[in-house]
Amino acid sequence: MISTASYFWMIPLLPLFAAGLSAVLPRTARRASAALAIGSMGLAFVLSVSAFIGTLAGHGSEHGARSVVNFDWFHLGTGVVRLGVLLDPLAAVMLVMVSFVGLLIFIFSVGYMEHDANGGRFFCFLSLFAAAMLGLTISNSLILLFACWEGMGVASYLLIGFWFHKPAAAAAAKKAFVVTRIGDIGLFLGLLWLYGEAGSLLLFDAGRGCLEPGALALVTTTKVGSSLTAAAGIGLLLFVGAVGKSGQLPLHVWLPDAMEGPTPVSALIHAATMVAAGVFLVARVFPLMAGGDGVTVGSGTSGVLQVIAWVGASTAVFAALIAVGQNDIKRILAYSTVSQLGYMFLGLATGGVAVGMFHLITHAFFKALLFLGSGSVIHGCHEEQDIRRMGGLRRWMPVTFAAYAVGMMALAGVPLVFSGFWSKDEILHSAWLWEPSRWPFVMGVLGAFLTAFYMTRQVAEVFFGEYRGATGRVAHAAADKGHRQKSHHPVQAAHGDGVHESPWVMTGPLILLGVFAVLLGVIGTPAWPWFEAYLGGHEAVFDLGRLSHAAPVMIVSAVVVAAGMGLGWMLYGKRPRTSPESPDVLEPVLGGFHRALARRLYVDELYDVTVVAGHRLLSRLANWMDLLFIGGVVVLVGWVSNAAAYVMRWADELFVNAGFDAGCGTVGWLGRRVSKLQGGRARGYLAGMALGVVALGAWVLWGMNVG
Amino acid sequence: MFFLLTIVVSLAGALGVYLVGSRRPEGARRLALAAAVAGLVFAVAGAVQLGAPKGLVTQVRMPWVPSLGIEFHLAADGVSSVLVLLAGIASVSGILFSWNVERRANEFFALYLLLIAGVYGVFLSFDLFQFFAFYELAIVPKYFLIAIWGSTRREYGAMKLALYSFIGSAMVLVGVLAIYAVSGLHTFDLTRLAGTSLPIGFQVWAFPLVFVGFAILAGLWPFHTWAPTGHVAAPTAASMLLAGVVMKLGAYGALRVGLMVMPAGAKYWGATMAALAATGIVYAALVALVQQDFKFVIGYSSVSHMGFVLLGLAVANRAGLAGAVLQMFSHGVIAGLLFGVVGRMVYDRTHTRELSMLEGLGLARRLPFAAGVFTLASVASMGLPGFSGFVAELQVLGGAWQRFPVAALAAGVGVVLSVAFTLRVLQRSFLPDAPTVAAAGGGSMEHPEPITIPEKLGAVMLLGTSLAVGLYPRVLLEWIDSGLAGPLFGGLRRVMGWS
Repeated sequence: MISTASYFWMIPLLPLFAAGLSAVLPRTARRASAALAIGSMGLAFVLSVSAFIGTLAGHGSEHGARSVVNFDWFHLGTGVVRLGVLLDPLAAVMLVMVSFVGLLIFIFSVGYMEHDANGGRFFCFLSLFAAAMLGLTISNSLILLFACWEGMGVASYLLIGFWFHKPAAAAAAKKAFVVTRIGDIGLFLGLLWLYGEAGSLLLFDAGRGCLEPGALALVTTTKVGSSLTAAAGIGLLLFVGAVGKSGQLPLHVWLPDAMEGPTPVSALIHAATMVAAGVFLVARVFPLMAGGDGVTVGSGTSGVLQVIAWVGASTAVFAALIAVGQNDIKRILAYSTVSQLGYMFLGLATGGVAVGMFHLITHAFFKALLFLGSGSVIHGCHEEQDIRRMGGLRRWMPVTFAAYAVGMMALAGVPLVFSGFWSKDEILHSAWLWEPSRWPFVMGVLGAFLTAFYMTRQVAEVFFGEYRGATGRVAHAAADKGHRQKSHHPVQAAHGDGVHESPWVMTGPLILLGVFAVLLGVIGTPAWPWFEAYLGGHEAVFDLGRLSHAAPVMIVSAVVVAAGMGLGWMLYGKRPRTSPESPDVLEPVLGGFHRALARRLYVDELYDVTVVAGHRLLSRLANWMDLLFIGGVVVLVGWVSNAAAYVMRWADELFVNAGFDAGCGTVGWLGRRVSKLQGGRARGYLAGMALGVVALGAWVLWGMNVG
Repeated sequence: MFFLLTIVVSLAGALGVYLVGSRRPEGARRLALAAAVAGLVFAVAGAVQLGAPKGLVTQVRMPWVPSLGIEFHLAADGVSSVLVLLAGIASVSGILFSWNVERRANEFFALYLLLIAGVYGVFLSFDLFQFFAFYELAIVPKYFLIAIWGSTRREYGAMKLALYSFIGSAMVLVGVLAIYAVSGLHTFDLTRLAGTSLPIGFQVWAFPLVFVGFAILAGLWPFHTWAPTGHVAAPTAASMLLAGVVMKLGAYGALRVGLMVMPAGAKYWGATMAALAATGIVYAALVALVQQDFKFVIGYSSVSHMGFVLLGLAVANRAGLAGAVLQMFSHGVIAGLLFGVVGRMVYDRTHTRELSMLEGLGLARRLPFAAGVFTLASVASMGLPGFSGFVAELQVLGGAWQRFPVAALAAGVGVVLSVAFTLRVLQRSFLPDAPTVAAAGGGSMEHPEPITIPEKLGAVMLLGTSLAVGLYPRVLLEWIDSGLAGPLFGGLRRVMGWS
């Protein structure tokens, strides 16, 4: 360990400090906030790199690459809840990725949010998010991880709803928070259960942590019911949390809506980092999920991993299908993100940590690139997001186009050159070798075809053909007007003449991300699987021979990608659409299915009529019951009490005057006394009360005798 | 000695404030604030002096009615400390949030301080009779505060609150007298009563009487409907106190007189209590989702969050009880803040609490401080990490998971619902910014008065407290744990099987 690496716990504190400071700065201090955010993130990046280098040095020894700092937080029951931070290869790669991509997106935001009056607040929230994400990365305690997880949720809520005066943005923010929170309950219950079984939520704690052999052996052998082990139950609950956060079926509905947030937010939170946190969580607690054994390629067969594999594969295809029918440039990317997250889960479940994490890292770069590219496009087209109203943009936005094309090819998985090819190929390769079933592999291949297809479609519609916006350079005034009507956030209306390339603060990060979208593939080829070796803590060996093992799957995926891109180009590139109104070429072919795709396969509608309507009904019912209690029962009680008082007075006259039955007489005497003390309504209430107490006492006594 | 002074200074303050006269509201509230601050200082000093003792530390003890075995016994353990501290914080912030009370200000603050004195008294009483006396002392001024200074349907709200309280009190009184008679010890001394094991058959019927009697005031479902109407009718300070401390009196009584004295009864009825508590959490959250009145939403949210306290009591293991007490503190602080924002910052300026009217006012732009505070308070109220509610609910759920996993699951559903209604009210009240709606007959707010210094102080104090406890809960938890480890809870520990 070199010395600076031991300061890794400071990494999340830097942006947290920046967020706190810019929260108390005046709202107009946009530059100061931006400088604070970028400065803190830059420093965090430097520290992350040094921490990463530190983990490189520790290679080879058993725990050499892992450093842990734990401390007590508070007592829970008879135990202690402890917090801790951890630096190991898994945390280190995430640290570097998050801080680097975050830094680039922060810089991009300076340009993108230039005209927003609340820019200062924007950087404050971004920093808050970065702090939570970096904190999550180095958590050695699942409680700390959960805290950061929720902190990210809050930051995500604030940022999706950043333009809260747009009703769609406010609604999307709420939806995102509530839907992910549903998953969080699963995660939280999983944590409670794990705490109950293992007695600790620390991952590593000198032999007492819940990922260390002692606890692991305990939870994987404890049975709940006949076949389910505690580890499986806990693993499934934790996975529910991951499903919510990472937008997997059936909780994916929030992620596309989250695109209402500013585009840098979509790039950072809803593509590169936060939504990948679910994948990271599964990778983090992988031994638990795998039922105790390390998993090698193709053998992930524990019950939890099977569930994860199926969910991931289904989501990968499902979301890719929907992406085909979307017209909003960001929504296409959002569904693509959902789909790619599905690939990551599939990779984790079938091939282990390294396979899933490799795709997470490469995806973070090329998807951030695509989102920032789309932001540049949207910025250049005066907030237009509908790809039918774009076209031919490569002429006016050459840098954006080049960068976007790189991102698109990386996502589609164009062979050999682009990182996405290598990471996706590893996933397909492990899915191919997966013992329980071949279907996830088939679904993965289908998803790869669809991905190549919809990305080609998008690029063709946006960058090729003729510009179909409000006639571009000529009638830009009309476009501006239209935009102002659509959204009234105070973005520039006077943007020179028509479509334009973005400034360097925006294109610079694009270029850098593009470079990494290509280069990153190098560290994870079958011939030199450095990434896997690094996470596993051993040396990578260069061996071209392994390429030949992987070759069949590589060839399949190359063919599929070529087919998808070719079909996409034939349908959308060769004969580009001429007007925004003309129907999609697939509409006549697919008919009703295309409409269903455009409507996101009606999942939202389904939830509206089931879950949402259900809880609304329950709420109304409960409210109605309360109104009944308030309006009805209280009046009734008053009425009954008055009646009772009347009866008692009558009984009083009859019994006391007649002088027999002392027991009843006492009650009646009391009633009369009370009646005399109180006037009006209260008399009735009190008498009723006394009667009630007597009745209650009698009932309880009777129950006691019976029992 | 410091703890005794909290009661003395509140009572003296009440008298002094009343004597200031109705013509000098400024003098009355300054004196009231001074008395409340003094009370808080004594509460802090007392709590720090007490630290985390093993068991009960007597402050004052003298015979009161020797023939009946009634004593004046003022004492405290760690649990009392935490709640006395809460009462101090709530009283100061309540006065800061009612700085604009002008009408009959001397009477208002005198009753306010009387109520506070009663609250301090309950948390420090270890003689059942004395406990009951302070309990009633806290409830009576409540009625007048609502009936005289309240707003929406105030007579109705006040009457309903009084009725429910008195029904609860009557049940408690019957229970207390029965305990006195059955124990045969001829004493109201809680320490001795907690030390004897009452017959199990007796506990089985007396426990629900006492528990429900107290828990009515803590918003136990289905006896909760007084709470939302009472909150809505109450003036700001009174609803802050109602949610902040008065509801805690019920929970505290249920713990001290119910669980501590009749542990076997608590065990017998545990599942029932847990079911009621979990139902209340979910039910009140559902109702909160469809309310149109801002304050009704917060009122029902209080019922929902108090459900966690009751769930903790129902679970009655160490984590559950520690969580229940911490949730009392946490909810007291957060609910106080929410009511402060709604009642003082919003309602006093807009004169409406209808969400449909607030929607058009653009409050986030015009009252950014209020919007920021309410956002943070919402985050705290949803039980997100970093604020006190998270630690408290974690403890309660952690405890519940061990004994009643189904109730923990239901409470988990309630947590999601609480996110839904909190975000709904946050978005509908503060965020929309459509001038057309305002023009179409929304609330009146041409030039809202900016947020005043006392409001800011109160808000910062409450938020800071919740944040401090959320980040560093150890101090309060150590106090609570020391209380739970004391001899008073020996019977409960033995019956429930934890140490």
